[in-house]
Amino acid sequence: MNLDFTPEDEAFRAEVRAFLEANCPPHLRGGRYTDLSREDLLTWHKILYRQGWVAPGWPKEYGGTGWNPTQRYIWEQETARLGTPPLVAFGLSMVGPVIYTFGTKAQKEYYLPRILSGKDWWCQGYSEPGAGSDLAGLRTVAVREGDHYIVNGQKTWTTLAQHADMIFCLVRTDKDVKKQEGITFLLIDMKTPGISVRPIITLDGGHEVNDVFLENVRVPVENRIGEENKGWTYAKFLLGHERSGIAGVARSKKSLEKLKGIARTEMAGGRPLIEDADFRRKIAELEIDLLALEFTDLRTLAAAAQGKPPGPETSILKIRGTEVQKRLTELTVEAVGYYSNPFLKGELGHNEGPVGPDYAVNVAPAYFNMRKTSIYGGTNEIQRNIISKMVLGL
Amino acid sequence: MDFSFTEEQTLLRNSVARFIEDNYDFDKRRAMIRSPQGRDPATWAQFAELGLLAVPFTEEQGGLGGTPTDTMVILEEFGKGLVIDPYLPTVVLGGGFLRLGGSSSQQAELIPHIVDGSLILAFAYAERQARYDLNDILCTAKKDGSGYVLNGQKGVVIAAPWADRLIVTARTGGGQRDKGGISLFLVDAKAKGVSMRAYPTVDGQRAAEVSLENVSVPADARIGAEGEAFPLIETVVDHALCALSAEAMGLHRRMLELTIEYTRTRKQFDQPLSKFQVLQHRMADMYIHVEETVSTCYMATIKLDAPETERKAAAAAAKVQLGRAGKFIGQNAVQLHGGMGVTEEMSIGHYFKRATAMNAMFGDVDHHLRRFEALTQG
Repeated sequence: MNLDFTPEDEAFRAEVRAFLEANCPPHLRGGRYTDLSREDLLTWHKILYRQGWVAPGWPKEYGGTGWNPTQRYIWEQETARLGTPPLVAFGLSMVGPVIYTFGTKAQKEYYLPRILSGKDWWCQGYSEPGAGSDLAGLRTVAVREGDHYIVNGQKTWTTLAQHADMIFCLVRTDKDVKKQEGITFLLIDMKTPGISVRPIITLDGGHEVNDVFLENVRVPVENRIGEENKGWTYAKFLLGHERSGIAGVARSKKSLEKLKGIARTEMAGGRPLIEDADFRRKIAELEIDLLALEFTDLRTLAAAAQGKPPGPETSILKIRGTEVQKRLTELTVEAVGYYSNPFLKGELGHNEGPVGPDYAVNVAPAYFNMRKTSIYGGTNEIQRNIISKMVLGL
Repeated sequence: MDFSFTEEQTLLRNSVARFIEDNYDFDKRRAMIRSPQGRDPATWAQFAELGLLAVPFTEEQGGLGGTPTDTMVILEEFGKGLVIDPYLPTVVLGGGFLRLGGSSSQQAELIPHIVDGSLILAFAYAERQARYDLNDILCTAKKDGSGYVLNGQKGVVIAAPWADRLIVTARTGGGQRDKGGISLFLVDAKAKGVSMRAYPTVDGQRAAEVSLENVSVPADARIGAEGEAFPLIETVVDHALCALSAEAMGLHRRMLELTIEYTRTRKQFDQPLSKFQVLQHRMADMYIHVEETVSTCYMATIKLDAPETERKAAAAAAKVQLGRAGKFIGQNAVQLHGGMGVTEEMSIGHYFKRATAMNAMFGDVDHHLRRFEALTQG
């Protein structure tokens, strides 16, 4: 057992760091993970595309980097270190791998380059009002009519659908079989007549998610991934991809540093808050949670580097990763005291600069927003079911 | 031993509950919050009409001679309805200072206006460096002829944009963190030298950063003796902690009810969420927290008239409880609502936001734990 990176790894790290320092525009640094415009996100996407680094997870033949798991880990660390913008996951991390794994030659040739270049912005048509944790219970229907499917239904929690060119959708094509066996995976152009998008405003005042309504939407049969009624297989494959990197260790480390910085500045009882025994203890406990998470993540990484596919035990990463993220926002709210209460965002907000300390702006909205993390991508309750069943065999 | 309510208190509760049901639904509340003023003055007029603004004042003061329990009943119902109007700043805090520390002429001049709804007050005490310490004050009041001149900055003054007068803590002597040398002043919100930056708060109220620059006030603007206001501040803030605890009772119970209702209706895997044992146990724990909030609220409210140490420890305990329970109940209520819990469209998130904001008012869990430790362990 050792923690050493090889000289090659260290050389790779130096190369990545130098590139990021030289190429990430200053206004996009520092961990602005929310509140980035479509343009900001695409700017960063295109910088990485030009470097050939926009898809670290993809095989080389499809335009990926061909990096090994350790290199991808270093990449995660270095991008978090600088606080570069996130890459929108729906094309690069979700539908892309589905297309290069299950798509036809024509689908690969058409869609993959457009995902890499940022030409197509994708969104995810999975959840429905009646199908959340029980995703397979989805009811959006697709009926075959000649060379088309006619799609009717509603998708919800569709992140950034307001910017999307394409949506990948799970639809029901057979109602008379076990619910997992009648699902088909379709790629749908958002400009198709019959699609409408309604914003859902979240507790932080933000517009991140949407309802997507589909009314008699005609989708060419060649936009189907794989076989009809086999969509659940592709959907599960995609959810597996969604889970890798979900621990968010590098970003949480960054947030922990921010929290410590705030605690050093805030005063409590005439001394810096960081000298307050109770608050120190809470930060220490959280930091230990984060270390445990980091090494669980590294163990998964080491196994992956030896060619073992990630299994259901990655649910630990989802559960603990999101718990740590939520706790970080919670302690940040605590750290700034009553200056967490001003609300300067959204339709009520003003743009006159912060009230109180700069670092207090948006900490409460971030705390409200991050509640989503234990709900999306399979709730933490569902993750515990997975551990009980798949890992413990209960 | 008796934890029941009098017939009058039950009538009071019913009338507040009916008012909220008829006039304060989710959409109405949202419209008020989004309006430029941030509230509907008609509501306040109706509070006056219902006698709610008169409750804690004696009959000689023009009030109804109510007890802390009566105030508790009102605030509990306000919690259920997520009432944003400035009852705490005006009646509990402002009214408290006047009632318990005001001169007879201050009482005669101002209390009738609180009662008839024409006077809104805001308590300007918090300063950047002070965090939650009420005695950490840099704002100064210097003697000037027969009056005083005030200078300083106050942060997150709840209801300040609505207020006719501010009640300001300022130093007339002593060092930054001394308990002696603190005085209280009534300051006209429109007085020369008072400026405000107003903004909404995360829980739908309005607040302001208040700046006082050479603000002149007459000697009779001072509440209580010069330099001796601290015990009064502690007493009135303990009343506010009890009021927050009462509001929390309403909030916490409503969050549990909404969650039970939602999990009964929402079906996944062909059964209501409420049938999953893991969620049942979660709601059972939420219920335990609700009952503990109720218990500590009753305790602290009863002990508002107890000897000082006992009163303070009880108020601190109630604040610790409402903070811990608010977090547990709020976070789990949102979680059990799934994605819906994170939207503006459902009320649950608004209860969660209020519960969160409340934790930071007048000291968070850690602050009151320390206070409780000092009071009970020396």
